[in-house]
Amino acid sequence: MNSSVSMTTGGGAAVAENKVPLWRRRKAMANYIALLPYLAFALFPFYIIFITSLKSKQEINNLGKSPFWTRGIEWENFTFLWTDTVFFEHWMINTFIVTTVSTIISVSIGILAAYALARLRFKGVEAFGVAVFITYLVPQTLLFLPLVDVINFIDDFIPIRDTYWSLILTYPTFLIPFVTWLLMGYFRTIPFEVEECAYLDGCTRLGALFRVVLPMAIPGIICAILFSYTLSWNEFLYSLVFIQDEHAKTVSVGVFTELIRGDIYFWGSLMAACMLGTVPIVILYGFLMDYYTSGLTQGAIK
Amino acid sequence: MAEIRLQDLWKRYGADVMAVRGINLDIEHNEFVALVGPSGCGKTTTLRMIAGLEDITGGQIQVGDRVVNDVPPRDRDIAMVFQNYALYPHMSVYGNMSFGLRLRKTDKAEIDRRVMSAAEILNIGELLERRPGQLSGGQRQRVAMGRAIVRDPQVFLFDEPLSNLDAKLRVQMRTEIKKIHQRVKTTVVYVTHDQVEAMTLADRIVVMNHGVIEQVGSPDEMYNNPQTRFVASFIGSPAMNFIDCGIEQTGAGLAIRLSDQVALGVPTDRTDRYAPYVGKDMIFGIRPEHLTEHRPHAEETTQDLQIQVEVLEPMGMDTMVFFDIDGTEVCGRSEPRSVSDVGEAMTLSVNMDRMHLIDPSTDMVV
Amino acid sequence: MATASEVEGGVRNTSPGVRSFLRRNLGPDTDGYLFVLPSIVMVLCLIVYPFGLAVYFSMSDAFIGEPMEFIGLENFVYIFEEDDIFLLVIRNTILFAVISVVCKVVLGLLCALLLQRITHLKRFLRGAMLLPFVAPTALTTLGWWLILDPTYSHINWILQNTFPFTLFEIRDYQFLGEPTLALGSVIFVNIWRGLPFFIITILAGLMSIPDHLYEAADIDGASTWQKFWKITLPLLKPVLAIIILFSTIFTLADFNIVYVLTRGGPMNETHLFATYSFTLGILNHEVGLGAAISLFLFPMMVLFVIFLLRMVRRDSAYEL
Repeated sequence: MNSSVSMTTGGGAAVAENKVPLWRRRKAMANYIALLPYLAFALFPFYIIFITSLKSKQEINNLGKSPFWTRGIEWENFTFLWTDTVFFEHWMINTFIVTTVSTIISVSIGILAAYALARLRFKGVEAFGVAVFITYLVPQTLLFLPLVDVINFIDDFIPIRDTYWSLILTYPTFLIPFVTWLLMGYFRTIPFEVEECAYLDGCTRLGALFRVVLPMAIPGIICAILFSYTLSWNEFLYSLVFIQDEHAKTVSVGVFTELIRGDIYFWGSLMAACMLGTVPIVILYGFLMDYYTSGLTQGAIK
Repeated sequence: MAEIRLQDLWKRYGADVMAVRGINLDIEHNEFVALVGPSGCGKTTTLRMIAGLEDITGGQIQVGDRVVNDVPPRDRDIAMVFQNYALYPHMSVYGNMSFGLRLRKTDKAEIDRRVMSAAEILNIGELLERRPGQLSGGQRQRVAMGRAIVRDPQVFLFDEPLSNLDAKLRVQMRTEIKKIHQRVKTTVVYVTHDQVEAMTLADRIVVMNHGVIEQVGSPDEMYNNPQTRFVASFIGSPAMNFIDCGIEQTGAGLAIRLSDQVALGVPTDRTDRYAPYVGKDMIFGIRPEHLTEHRPHAEETTQDLQIQVEVLEPMGMDTMVFFDIDGTEVCGRSEPRSVSDVGEAMTLSVNMDRMHLIDPSTDMVV
Repeated sequence: MATASEVEGGVRNTSPGVRSFLRRNLGPDTDGYLFVLPSIVMVLCLIVYPFGLAVYFSMSDAFIGEPMEFIGLENFVYIFEEDDIFLLVIRNTILFAVISVVCKVVLGLLCALLLQRITHLKRFLRGAMLLPFVAPTALTTLGWWLILDPTYSHINWILQNTFPFTLFEIRDYQFLGEPTLALGSVIFVNIWRGLPFFIITILAGLMSIPDHLYEAADIDGASTWQKFWKITLPLLKPVLAIIILFSTIFTLADFNIVYVLTRGGPMNETHLFATYSFTLGILNHEVGLGAAISLFLFPMMVLFVIFLLRMVRRDSAYEL
């Protein structure tokens, strides 16, 4: 680090250490200061959610006092969620199940499709690629009404209506195109020769996929899992439309429909629920941020 | 126990790109054959068809006594060394080398024995635990070969294996490959665009151009008796000189007329061969190494040539002398101490015994 | 299967058999069809079929719990001629998309350029800035709701209790109660959520511009400003086009923010296609009308995609 700075300032290696010119340091400081407003803007709601969740009802409703700080830490909002709602025993668990299962389904199917799109040559493969891209762009908004019908139809054979199974079935509709698109990019970066070598070494198609291509695409797979997980954890519309049973709801919808009841004192528990519903994703993201950004930018940069 | 037989082999890409147009080639058991040619000549496509990585459009490939047209690569018992090595980055060197055997459920002790012996041949014993990412280019090259050796396949395929190495390492690995082939006898098909590699390594060379075979022969044959203009120009470095010429009758013999001033007598044993071409426009081909500094000579096959030096390129052992004959730049190869300065006159000796005469209407050597 | 052709393998006609017939006519990797089969089934059953169903609904008088009848284009005629809210939806959608995308591009460029110049705390800052994009939208929007709520508004509190603003008598703003403010709030939250995507992607685009171009410009005597206009921006164009494409598509189809924050209110002033379609189709049980509304989204999006892809194709052919 330092040596590279000294190169640009033209100082000798020996005097490099503290010779970063003042104007350069001022300029660097200015960059940080200029970023502060946006940082505050980005984090503001998180802070409000966090601080409000720790306040007592009385404090929240004391409108004259600054809402930006709390007098003490109260756990009443969290205990309320535990005792008076099914936040933990149903909503969180439902969300977890739906997210996990639909991620597994989508990533598995997406791997196969992406591999075929990126690697195999057969008639119609380009058309299929275009179809994936288009379905990626068909928004949920267009599909939720008819999907109610589809779910009712399936319900005649397997009872999925008003259960989280209806979500597990429908979430892959927006996950698979995305995962396929993402993984296709990763698979394309793996040199063909390595895979060909695997065939010569005695691999079947599936053998080459699982023993050679997938291990080489692990960053892409992690990325796909991460995105599927985030997208389905954050999903709101389908869950809102397909689930009425309070015990079958996911966090986003449960919080929105069950905790807002025209009651004027609900803010504390609402914010506590928002915080708890956000934390798992933020933790996941904290560990795997680099995969996330690489996946996010991949589509646009390629 | 594997000879390879290519019969009327065709490969078409898309609607009308013909990569390979009807190749016939027999490669004998334990023979080292090099396919050479410029890029796009179909040599790599041919190799990939032998490996089964490319479908064949027409014809037949036989490995051993089996037609393998529809045999998937994994069942062909073929190993291949790729240009970019194609090592499995997620496996150790040992894992890379043993992968094929593990897939074939070979006994563990046997795998161990074979990997160790290959590692010993290639001198990579200490690298077995490393990942490909931690190896240098030369080491990767060795591992790629080790992976092929361990398999003990019927056929070894090399696809420009040395072209990613720097010049010095390339020469070193070339010798290495030769040694290994002498030790591990097996049938080898070696694709390269570098004719020096082909000359030094192969038992037989196959020169390809535009999807067809120009000539097949031993390195010596290729060098001494090229059959087409393309082969004559492709084999040998620096390349052969080609000068437009006419053939004329001179008393009992024939002479090559290079310009108004310059004519060179044809050796008498070739008089009959060249007689039909008297009066036609032909091309005279001679390698630089047969255009040397003036040497005292008795035989009539060596003739003198007066030239004016235009450019000198000292190579150390020899100096390349460039001069002009009737608008064509010609290169000779001289002993450094005998060259004249640039712009001055010099007498060269032409070894007419080593000349080639090419008919431009067919591009064949006559 | 392979050995079958061994014996008679003619020279010209390589090999008989179904397998080679398939290979010749469908390409060398016919097993590819098996790989794409699951996703094709999925797409057909859960995207193509429902899409067709949506089209059918839009041309029927479908109402939950009643048998439906085909009524042709009546729904569309009704929407255009009698439904005043639909005009609001179109107005909102255009305002929503244009304002938020423009703001995101400008602010995104600004932040990305700043982030690029930073050496320390890079990871932390980037991570923190991305949070709005990662966290569940419905939940964070609830946080914004509290911030903008008429009674509890943190913004009003600042305006009334902190220094320069106390000089003026500032009233309580009804951020979610007044139509213009409500639409503004919704756009504001949308920008808050979408900006990180722009920052990160533009940043990646910036990093992919090779340094030697700037060095060459330095030698040619270009100013910082000129470098931005003559090098950075032209080379970012393909990236910008792609993210504008994606952002617009997802902004057009946005549901969560509007629904959580205003539910389309006050007085239907903030409805977008998605929320209005939800209100009609699910809350009012008028499935036919709801489907018709949501279908308007599709041609708009297709046109936009074609337009942008054209632009990208023309511009992205730089060799770096």
